[in-house]
Amino acid sequence: MRILKLILKNLLRHKLRTLLTILGITIAVAAFGLLRTVVTAWYAGVEASSVNRLITRHSVSFIFPLPLAYRDRIIKLDGVERVTFANWFSGVYKDKKQFFARMAVDAETFFDVYPDLLVPKDQLEAFKRDRSGCIIGNQIAERYNLKIGDVMPIEGDIYPGRWEFTVRGIYTPRDKITDPSNMLFQWQYLDERVREEWPGRAGVIGWYIIQINDPEKTAIISTQIDQYFKNSPAETKTETERAFTLSFMAMFSAVITSMNVISFVIIGIILLVLGNTMIMAARERIHEYAVLRTLGFSTSHLITLIAGESLTIAILGGVIGIALTFPMAQGFEAAMPKGWFPIFNVENITLILASSAAILVGVLASVFPIQRTLNTKIVDGLRQIG
Amino acid sequence: MAIVSVKNISKSYWRDSLEIPVLRNISFEVPEGEFLGLMGPSGSGKTTLLNLIAGIDQPTRGTITVANTDVTRLNESQLAKWRAQNIGFVFQFYNLLPVLTAFENVELPLLLSKLSKKERREHVEFSLKVVGLEDRMRHYPKQLSGGQEQRVAIARAIVTDPTILIADEPTGDLDKTSALEILDLLEQLNKEFKKTIIIVTHDPRAAEKAHIIKQLDKGELT
Repeated sequence: MRILKLILKNLLRHKLRTLLTILGITIAVAAFGLLRTVVTAWYAGVEASSVNRLITRHSVSFIFPLPLAYRDRIIKLDGVERVTFANWFSGVYKDKKQFFARMAVDAETFFDVYPDLLVPKDQLEAFKRDRSGCIIGNQIAERYNLKIGDVMPIEGDIYPGRWEFTVRGIYTPRDKITDPSNMLFQWQYLDERVREEWPGRAGVIGWYIIQINDPEKTAIISTQIDQYFKNSPAETKTETERAFTLSFMAMFSAVITSMNVISFVIIGIILLVLGNTMIMAARERIHEYAVLRTLGFSTSHLITLIAGESLTIAILGGVIGIALTFPMAQGFEAAMPKGWFPIFNVENITLILASSAAILVGVLASVFPIQRTLNTKIVDGLRQIG
Repeated sequence: MAIVSVKNISKSYWRDSLEIPVLRNISFEVPEGEFLGLMGPSGSGKTTLLNLIAGIDQPTRGTITVANTDVTRLNESQLAKWRAQNIGFVFQFYNLLPVLTAFENVELPLLLSKLSKKERREHVEFSLKVVGLEDRMRHYPKQLSGGQEQRVAIARAIVTDPTILIADEPTGDLDKTSALEILDLLEQLNKEFKKTIIIVTHDPRAAEKAHIIKQLDKGELT
């Protein structure tokens, strides 16, 4: 019999209490993991941002359009390699609950600037040839069982009317942080119909995406672009793709901050749950610990006994909680409207944070009981009745 | 030759600024292989004196030497190691760990030694045989009678072959028959195994077993 066996025997002394404590930690760690997964999913777009892509939008808001003519001026700037553009289309596919990004893009240049969207060459060529063609992400294709040649009817809202697109390509994301749920079609198709039905809205785009040759030049090029169009009818604001995506996040900052705070409050709660159990255990065993010390057990033995028990409970709860995070995350994703979180993975960092939190809680919860045990004189401990 | 030497020991407790003396200037020696009984009324300081000799409490003044070691000069961790090697302690209420079997309770002090598992097993089995409980090894304390629990506690006290055996009212919680069995066992350990025993007791039968009796009253030897 070694100390470990004594730890296990102590764990099983109050089976129900130990079980409930492990259950409490399990639920808390799983909830922590789920909340962190949601926060991570929210920031997935930020993670996917490239350091050598800039976004130029209207200085007031990205909902205000920019003239297409700006493209020819931007491309001439030193350090700019490519320029493409996109325009938010929105619309309703099947019903309003089906959410995914629908954008009009420049068919000739868009996929050059976004090499992280992998499109087979023949499909890309077919897309460029067909004015009403579109390329969809593989997640969209799977979700709606769409194949090459299928027609996607969309009811426009920003651009009212019925729009029909033929699927000409299906892209796959290069890595797991790239959004696999976009629907991209030719801007020319949009512009032609806009010229006919709303001529005042023609010839404009939503935002420019600028590929630069050196991320170090971000600030210089951004300033140059914005200076170039200063005092024009459509002044611009240029920023990195990351900053642009983060500005979207800012709209939900209160929610994300709340989730972040709650996830760490949960850690505090499990600390209290485990701390309470360990304090009760130490108080009940103060007499036994005094007996052990009388027999010659040292301070380090007692620390091992108490911290070992606390850590065992925390690790058991943590492991089960982490294991439960995966089905919980799947269930959460399934319960959300389709497309809300195109990338919804339990990230490694979430697992590391959850397991670190469990271990930290295990250590912290044992500090007070250890301190109390060691500060109690042997003779005082022997007098106490457990 | 004295195995225990107590010199000018005083022990006081403090309540705020008020000093409460428990032991006053105690001196005596215990020769090796002796069976010493400490007697006296409640509150006379018997258990305190026993705790000082066992190294689980420190005197306010004076020195205690056990087997040539001045225990009053040892720090907490040195004392823990010293107790593990030199002291076998028998408590009034047995103080067995309820989650461990008789075998595991007796094995506890040996976990602090460098003995192999096989050697530990041999020591534990021998100790339990000495106290007559070799057939109760797998029993938990709640499955044993009071007398049997105390015998397991004695087996735990002798398993490391300590320098001295210290017993704090070992028969205080037992019926007459069990108390006699325990006293006979202590006497056997003293006679057959030459163990030095210091026992605190109110029990006159226990006093009869002791070779030397020291009477304490109000913290002084009388």
